[in-house]
Amino acid sequence: MTFFLQLVISGFALGMVYALIAIGFVIILKCSKAFNIAQGHFVMIGGYLGFTFLVTFHLPVWVSLLAAIAVAIVMGLLIERLTLRPLVGQPVLAVIMMTIALATVFEGLATLIWGGEYKAYHGVLPTLTLKIGELSIPSEMLIGIIVSVVVVIILMILFRYTKSGLAMRATAEDEQVVQSAGIKVTTVYALSWVIACVVGVIGGIILGGVSGVMVGMSQVGLKAFAVVLLGGINSIGGAIVAGIMVGVLENVAAGYLDPLLPAGGGLANVFPFIVIIIVLVFRPHGLFGLVEIERI
Amino acid sequence: MALPSGTFNQSYDQDMAIFRTKTQWLILLVFLAFLFTSPLYFSDRILTILTIIGITVISVHGLNILTGYCNQISIGHAGFMAVGAYTSGMLTAHLGWSFWAALPCAALAAGLVGILFGLPSLKVKGFYLIMATIAAQFIIIWLILQFRNITGGGDGLAVPRPEIGDFVFRSKASYFYLVMAIACLATFVAKNIVRTRAGRAFIAIRDNELAAEVMGINLWAYKLLAFFIGCVFAGVAGALLVHYVAFATVDQFPFMNSVWYLGMLIVGGMGSTTGVIFGVVSLKLLDELVVIVGPMLAVAVAPQAAASLGLIMRGLVIIIFLIFEPRGLAHRWQMVKAYYRLWPFSH
Repeated sequence: MTFFLQLVISGFALGMVYALIAIGFVIILKCSKAFNIAQGHFVMIGGYLGFTFLVTFHLPVWVSLLAAIAVAIVMGLLIERLTLRPLVGQPVLAVIMMTIALATVFEGLATLIWGGEYKAYHGVLPTLTLKIGELSIPSEMLIGIIVSVVVVIILMILFRYTKSGLAMRATAEDEQVVQSAGIKVTTVYALSWVIACVVGVIGGIILGGVSGVMVGMSQVGLKAFAVVLLGGINSIGGAIVAGIMVGVLENVAAGYLDPLLPAGGGLANVFPFIVIIIVLVFRPHGLFGLVEIERI
Repeated sequence: MALPSGTFNQSYDQDMAIFRTKTQWLILLVFLAFLFTSPLYFSDRILTILTIIGITVISVHGLNILTGYCNQISIGHAGFMAVGAYTSGMLTAHLGWSFWAALPCAALAAGLVGILFGLPSLKVKGFYLIMATIAAQFIIIWLILQFRNITGGGDGLAVPRPEIGDFVFRSKASYFYLVMAIACLATFVAKNIVRTRAGRAFIAIRDNELAAEVMGINLWAYKLLAFFIGCVFAGVAGALLVHYVAFATVDQFPFMNSVWYLGMLIVGGMGSTTGVIFGVVSLKLLDELVVIVGPMLAVAVAPQAAASLGLIMRGLVIIIFLIFEPRGLAHRWQMVKAYYRLWPFSH
């Protein structure tokens, strides 16, 4: 029982981070109808930025976080302006290939700048320990949960109570109407990419604290896709619920089934894909997504 | 298609001909003659590159039918290649089948697995389908690693070279002939599949799925057929690849290759058989350039520069083509031909 609860709790922490990453994806999708395959690479870059600021420059945690966010903002603006804006009006495949190409470039840049090695910064983040009975929650995971919750709340407030949030929601609804109402759609696109980058980078710093950083970390983006599909592709609330579900299920499945599998398992890595296939076959619009109606 | 001045189509056969004039036939024959005598003038290293290009051409033809003509985007093509590769590898290595019996089985197995992962395409499209095919890639590779008793898992699987009677395709030149013969056949088949009833149905589905359905095209059957055909090509290519290396590992079919095949399609031009060849040849040559330049950069800049150069360059090539020439090299080639035909008048 303790083992089970331990798996559930660490899965919950992981799931919050997945949800955070998935939200970045959903925001871009809602606002600019672009599927961002490179979301996981923002996470990887975030992890390396965390390493650079925390370990290489010895900056305090909060300064590092702000510095990383600043870098993320610049990154988001550049990506939108240079690569995505020329593709407005192009078919889905063009946009997806563009983000895949971006992902490849990021992978190359990370290899060039940080050597593509495994870097860890355990214990640099502040330590908090929480014990409930026999269960102990590792401090990195606790921080992960806290930061994720805070970021999600900030995003919710941003969407609900600010002017730019309103503009973003309106753009998601109907671009042409928004343009005729005098809102600059390109600014909204840029903002959505900036938010996605920032959210991804924050997720990367948290994950980096838990399990270290390497180039292969961008695979977490693929897990975020499973989350997005399960939650419904245009629902932020769905992303949070599905994030926690995928995180917990993945951890529990890996904890119990891995010892039974012949080649030592690695189930945690394929589990999201199995989720993807099942969701796509049985409920393509996800748990909370809208059913799309098509007309000729 | 624009014809040279003074040539007119007067019958249905002439209208349908791929090679319309004697000059075109001559160019084709000269090219084929050059291709099939190339072991005489090229070194083994260049023959290796050409063989790999041939194998990739076969695979990308399949992707072109699936993605370029039927618009069912697949980023799991390397995974489907792995299915063909391991089917053929296991049949020859464990059961002692001959390569010639194992190759059709590999094609069939890859096609059937393609149908399996194509099933979501009946309900979903665009991004959702991409996710399903990415999932296919990872699930297939994971399954191969799990069934280590028969696939060899992470250790790989030794695979024999093909043979006819006593003759074994051991030298580079002999395997080059084998691959090129199959590649030419694949090009011929791929070009003609899209001119059949099925091919026209694929194009209709690509251009407007709902309209195609309303016209009476059975979406269910034709989408799965596209997956089957596309993956059959992948299976053949995968089998040829492992029998060439004489060894099968999952590292030969990374996710990056699946992406890169789509990149070749974009650079060459979607929905064009010539484009496939342009795309594969140009990007494979680019890869070779990286192999040459990479070590120099590694010495000059940093040891990891060689690895990152390949990635950055692959990404940049796709970005540049998407922004500046989304219709690919095949379109450029048409423009060059039109310019040549019309010069000195532009109309």
